[in-house]
Amino acid sequence: MDVARLTYMANQIARNLAAGGEDAAIAATAQHIVKYWEPRMKAAILAGDRSALEPIARAAVERLERVAGIEPA
Amino acid sequence: MGYERQSDFGTPEVHAETSVSLTIDGREVTVPAGTSVMRAAAECGGSIPKLCASDNIAAFGSCRLCLIEVEGMRGTPASCTTPAAQGMVVHTQTPLLQKLRKGVMELYISDHPLDCLTCSANNDCELQDQAAAVGLRDVRYGYAGDNHLGLATDSSNPYFDFDPSKCIACSRCVRACDEVQGTFALTIDGRGFATKVSAGQAGDDFLSSECVSCGACVQACPTATLQEKSVKEIGKPERSVITTCAYCGVGCTFRAEMRGEQLVRMVPWKDGKANHGHSCVKGRFAWGYANHQDRITSPMIREQIDQPWREVSWDAALQFTADRLGAIKARYGARALGGITSSRCTNEETFLVQKLVRAGFGSNNVDTCARVCHSPTGYGLKTTFGTSAGTQDFDSVAHSDVILVIGANPTDAHPVFASQMKRRLRTGAKLIVIDPRRIDLVRMPHIAAAHHLPLQPGTNVAVLTAMAHVIVTEGLADEAFIRERCDWDEYQDWARFVSDERHSPEVLEAVTRVAASELRAAARLFATGGPGWASAQRSKPNGAIYYGLGVTEHSQGSSTVMAIANLAMATGNVGRPGVGVNPLRGQNNVQGACDMGSFPHELSGYRHVSDDTARGLFEADWGMALDPEPGLRIPNMLDAALDGSFRALYIQGEDILQSDPNTHHVAAGLKAMDCVIVHDLFLNETADYAHVFLPGSTFLEKTGTFTNAERRIQMVRKVMEPANGFEDWEVTQALANAMGLEWTYTHASEIMDEVARLTPSFAGVSHARLDQAGSLQWPVNAAHPDGSPIMHVGGFARGPDGKGKGKFVVTDYVPTDEKTGPRFPLLLTTGRILSQYNVGAQTRRTENTVWHPEDLLEMHPADAENRGLKSGDWTRLASRTGETTLRLMVTDRVAPGVVYTTFHHPATQANVVTTEYSDWATNCPEYKVTAVQVMASNGPTDWQEDYTAWSAKSRRIVAAAEPAE
Ligand code: SF4
Ligand code: SF4
Ligand code: SF4
Ligand code: FES
Repeated sequence: MDVARLTYMANQIARNLAAGGEDAAIAATAQHIVKYWEPRMKAAILAGDRSALEPIARAAVERLERVAGIEPA
Repeated sequence: MGYERQSDFGTPEVHAETSVSLTIDGREVTVPAGTSVMRAAAECGGSIPKLCASDNIAAFGSCRLCLIEVEGMRGTPASCTTPAAQGMVVHTQTPLLQKLRKGVMELYISDHPLDCLTCSANNDCELQDQAAAVGLRDVRYGYAGDNHLGLATDSSNPYFDFDPSKCIACSRCVRACDEVQGTFALTIDGRGFATKVSAGQAGDDFLSSECVSCGACVQACPTATLQEKSVKEIGKPERSVITTCAYCGVGCTFRAEMRGEQLVRMVPWKDGKANHGHSCVKGRFAWGYANHQDRITSPMIREQIDQPWREVSWDAALQFTADRLGAIKARYGARALGGITSSRCTNEETFLVQKLVRAGFGSNNVDTCARVCHSPTGYGLKTTFGTSAGTQDFDSVAHSDVILVIGANPTDAHPVFASQMKRRLRTGAKLIVIDPRRIDLVRMPHIAAAHHLPLQPGTNVAVLTAMAHVIVTEGLADEAFIRERCDWDEYQDWARFVSDERHSPEVLEAVTRVAASELRAAARLFATGGPGWASAQRSKPNGAIYYGLGVTEHSQGSSTVMAIANLAMATGNVGRPGVGVNPLRGQNNVQGACDMGSFPHELSGYRHVSDDTARGLFEADWGMALDPEPGLRIPNMLDAALDGSFRALYIQGEDILQSDPNTHHVAAGLKAMDCVIVHDLFLNETADYAHVFLPGSTFLEKTGTFTNAERRIQMVRKVMEPANGFEDWEVTQALANAMGLEWTYTHASEIMDEVARLTPSFAGVSHARLDQAGSLQWPVNAAHPDGSPIMHVGGFARGPDGKGKGKFVVTDYVPTDEKTGPRFPLLLTTGRILSQYNVGAQTRRTENTVWHPEDLLEMHPADAENRGLKSGDWTRLASRTGETTLRLMVTDRVAPGVVYTTFHHPATQANVVTTEYSDWATNCPEYKVTAVQVMASNGPTDWQEDYTAWSAKSRRIVAAAEPAE
């Protein structure tokens, strides 16, 4: 999967959830990805370059890493 | 059933608390107070002669045929205009009345041609019936004298003729156009003998007038004056079958009037609860595509997409497909396969396609065309209210006091509901329109919006937040409702957020371009009903919100839906008639496709695939384990195809190449796949990239159900045999069985039984129940055995007991990344028009093209002048993604800086221009905002020409080597 596009998507989700405050936004972004992204999308963002992720999105991806059941590609 | 007109009770049904009893010709009858004597007589089995009355228009009292005698009352009043009263004793057939009626009839007939035997309405004509009923035997005036018999017929409308020589000046057509349709296209001028009906202004014919060809006048006409051309050609129908329109989400029901297997005409069904006997031009007239010569009826395959198609037998096609799918699955795994369900197909068919993907392919890669239209509705309403559906039935609008229409164009996209809404607006409800374009509703005969907020495309959330700001800071929120029905803490967080000065209309004016004073006034009107609002019926005004794709097809589509839900809750407008949040669904079965589990993360009834209990039900019923991880959405499928991990796609009844954004990207994704299966009526644009074509059937050829925008499940009934040999669900089943699934459905009703078994909100639904009830609005279950016209009454459909609290969600305005700049200074937004339907695969193959032969680009006069352009010029429309050409129409309907077009014609390829930006939560594409430049051009672009050539090449068909079975 195109990691640049997934990064864009993750940032967009985070920006729309940001108004809820940082902690809540990180949790909500991570949860959104768990609920709506297909496994290869999750795997690709975990394995990909995270430098373009904005802070909330990056923290959400880091949180995902700790969730069982999602292995990097 | 033999052929009979639907009965006509003469005057409209009255809803009243009290009733009255009277005696008519010795029969005792009780009716709601206010009912006419004419209707009361019809309800107890009588039939008073009539010509100018019909039960969908107000009584007029002009023909004087319906006279009655009432004991203790002088004279012979007209029964259509006389209300029934307690204790009244009425006689409808007396010698005096008979004499009077004969006299009236004689006058009519003396100016009417007597060519009944060869008239197209012979035996289906009220004038004829009434002449018989009054016993007319002779006409004293002779037929010579002055008459209208020589007048010429107006055949300009492609579907019906107007033959004024047969007109009896009853004005039913005029009143139907005014009251039922609300277009006011017809006039009746002159007095006495000179009275005559005409369309539009002097010199207009039906086609050039304001007429929208809804057909209400044709249905109302008691004679052959206004009549369908098809009846003239084919003759009188011999039977009728009730079925549901396959075009839009209004879900009009029709009597399909048949001669053998030939459809003569579609007549809107008066008992249809969505349409109450009305329809638009598409459903009533535009069904000619069903037998169009372009229709493909034998299966076809090819190894590669640059080869011509080969016609083969069904067995050969299914075997070829199953082998390919099997090979791909063996080599790349189940997740390399997927499917797309169609909002045009029935619930049963959709359910089966998603079952094929989940149970047969073994992945959750199933999506539906709702992805590109209403997926944000699903997300937004599920989050706030707990369920992914509109809250009201259509009839609710009759109880609204303030109607807010945002990002929807009901008169074009949902015409029959629009007629109902217009009726309420003419009787006093206030209207607020939020739309970048001045849609027709803003100003039309007898309707004027109180406020039109012409916002900059892409700023819906900002406008709604500013409205919320006004409502909260001016103390107009309904705190009693909120405390009782919503989560108070969440409300306070939200109220704090919207009250911030940066969300005031004054600050946001810079982004929204909506004047702050107008926005404030609109917000106050919505919350309070306006200064001095008062009503005998209710203590506070009912505010209802209607929205469409102008809300969802944005990068903040889901946020906008939630902002709308917030606004409804903050003003206490949920859970009773007249209020609510109402998504106007695009296609006929968008609601149904979503309900049936077409989304990659959801099983039917909106249950997440990771929910072990819900998934367990399906696993037990289907006897296999299912993937608990969400699948790919359409745009993700295309991305995955490009890197080789997604290789096969079964597409039922959708044309993603034409309907999805960024055509180049879609084409590249499809090209990268090894097995694309298109199951459709026509070789559509997507089929250019397909390896297998499975012919589909039309809604006239199948049995099943559609679910309209009010969650109303209605039967679709087969009136003729499928030209391709099979209903669509049978084809899906045959493919499943070619893959070894051993399905054994023998009728669509068995599929619905399975849906009911596995889906709590459909628990009480079956074809037998629908036959008996006419229609049902889900949820239909133990708690709501007869369905649910209004949702969230007394509690929101959230939480374990479905009686939870409404959830306020903070929605921050995040501008789209699609921005104008020096190279692309204009914003393009898209929409559709009445006579054409979406990608136009059907309507383009009917006479409807007389109203919309091509897509036009609308531009404000100032922008046109800057570019030296005028109406009719060819222009080049370019965005960062691509470019196309189309002709210009200069109009001040659009604001400066905004251009607008429709996307009904493949040659325009409007989606070559649209971008891949999409809704943050659902990836619903942002069709409504694209930065563009427009300049003069002299013809089609290279892409359009290449495309036409490629298209011709990829549609070659070689006939079958051996005869297909
Ligand atoms: S077809 Fe409809 S819009 Fe046209 S004149 Fe008749 S009622 Fe009016
Ligand atoms: S056209 Fe038909 S409905 Fe209209 S006034 Fe004449 S007879 Fe009546
Ligand atoms: S297209 Fe829509 S409004 Fe028109 S007849 Fe069909 S369901 Fe009704
Ligand atoms: S039907 Fe009553 S006056 Fe014509």
